[in-house]
Amino acid sequence: MSITEILFYAFSGVLLVSAVGVITARNPVHAALFLVFSFFNSAVLWMLLEAEFLAIVLVLVYVGAVMVLFLFVVMMLDVNVAEVRAGFTRYAPLGILIALIVVAEIGSVVWVKSLGTEVTPVAQVAVAEGYSNTGALGQLLYTKYLYPFELAAVILLLAIVAAIVLTMRRRAGLKQQDIAAQVSVRAQDRVRVVKMPPVIEGGEKQS
Amino acid sequence: MNGVPDFVNTLLPFLPEWIQAVVFYGVVALILFISVILTMAFLTLAERRVIGSIQARIGPNRVGPGGLLQPFADVLKLMLKEIVIPTASNKFLFIIAPLLAVIPALAAWAVVPLWPGFAVADINAGLLYLLALSSAGVYGVILAGWATNSKYAFLGAMRAAAQMVAYEIAMGFALVGVVMAAGSLNLGEIIEKQAGGYFSYFFWWMIPLFVVYFISGVAETNRAPFDVVEGESEIVAGFHVEYSGMAFAVFFVAEYVNMILISALTSIFFFGGWLSPFEGYPLPGFITAPGFHWLFLKISFFLFCYLWFRATFPRYRYDQIMRLGWKVFIPVTLVWLAVLGVFFAYDIGPWSK
Repeated sequence: MSITEILFYAFSGVLLVSAVGVITARNPVHAALFLVFSFFNSAVLWMLLEAEFLAIVLVLVYVGAVMVLFLFVVMMLDVNVAEVRAGFTRYAPLGILIALIVVAEIGSVVWVKSLGTEVTPVAQVAVAEGYSNTGALGQLLYTKYLYPFELAAVILLLAIVAAIVLTMRRRAGLKQQDIAAQVSVRAQDRVRVVKMPPVIEGGEKQS
Repeated sequence: MNGVPDFVNTLLPFLPEWIQAVVFYGVVALILFISVILTMAFLTLAERRVIGSIQARIGPNRVGPGGLLQPFADVLKLMLKEIVIPTASNKFLFIIAPLLAVIPALAAWAVVPLWPGFAVADINAGLLYLLALSSAGVYGVILAGWATNSKYAFLGAMRAAAQMVAYEIAMGFALVGVVMAAGSLNLGEIIEKQAGGYFSYFFWWMIPLFVVYFISGVAETNRAPFDVVEGESEIVAGFHVEYSGMAFAVFFVAEYVNMILISALTSIFFFGGWLSPFEGYPLPGFITAPGFHWLFLKISFFLFCYLWFRATFPRYRYDQIMRLGWKVFIPVTLVWLAVLGVFFAYDIGPWSK
């Protein structure tokens, strides 16, 4: 067994264990952390396939941004575990059905792959000297797949705009800061200096 | 294995090739680790002396000549202290959180080019790797705050999460400009693209991006004036309020190693890293030659700026931090990326050759 295979089996084993942990952990924060851990492990698997860009972006986007915000929300919400589990038996048959369908789909894909078509081992995909996975991906995205890529970008932009517009909703009694007014405030708007004649006790002036 | 010099084979001929590589990179990583930790130790001393001078005091000068042994005294003190684990805390996460903070900070050093042709791991996507690791560093802070099971620590963690996510975006956008100019994600190539004296550094063409990057870097490391995560006056010490002894020291190490890292990256991306600013001048060899000493000088300058900021500025209010990150920095970077695009279209700038 080569060193790559040992690494592959080690990391996939940990990946499976942590993926099971995501759905079995009772504490939602622990479940989210298991998910982070499985993202890391799948990133390593991609790294073994020499897909360095995908591996790093998985960590950058999912671990670095999505899961941080997810944890943020999960920690803030006081999730009542018992309440969430209340309908477990009622929904279990549906869940099992969906799980079976997914397993069948994955199985059929594996089965189709094993039919005659030789699976290309990683070692056969000889990479040229100075080959950069990131560069190759960028080259494809910005030439062959330019329109789908731009379309995806526009859809994402739309989502951003929609999310921002949702926060613009005006409601009664909303207090907002006017930054321009805060910045342009002068001392004389806030402090009034009042000239007062000195009051001398006893009418005598001390020298 | 690639990248392992021949002398390793002569020294350890009895080992298979991959173990030789593991041993070689292990030793290199260990040396780098010790150097970074030593730099960090003396940075704490420098911080106290510099801020002392700025505030017209002396600072620590009793332990060793000029106070040089002060960091070691501090470490000894922290090691002898008891680590108190709060009863109601989540013990596993409480202990692992400092490690999650320090590991990404140290691992990021793997791709930093220290002198011409040398980085522990000279990978193609080095810049992406750095972004990924620096974004993973926030977990230590968040988990520490949550696992402590204290309101103050939790508030610190929430602030850290929001602040780091906000400033990471501005930081990433600022680096897009660097990548556009360099045409590569490899840090070594980014430096080589800036060769040709001080005027060909990217800084001159990307002053707004540099300002955004460095200030975001200060915010990312939770240093003053962006240290609301710790905010002594409001939330005691934020996420590490219940940490003591070495557990606290590890957070401390993470913060300072991140400071050194951000300074190193600022000098690499905008000031030519190990390149000499006086290239081609009739000056003695070591001044015109590129090398580690130039990187060291540049890092020291930015570290000094960190300390200078801390001694100069009052702490930002939390809503102002958020506003600065989202509503000022991100638009500034977007506008300047468009300006850079115009530069490229008309072949203005050092990258036109």
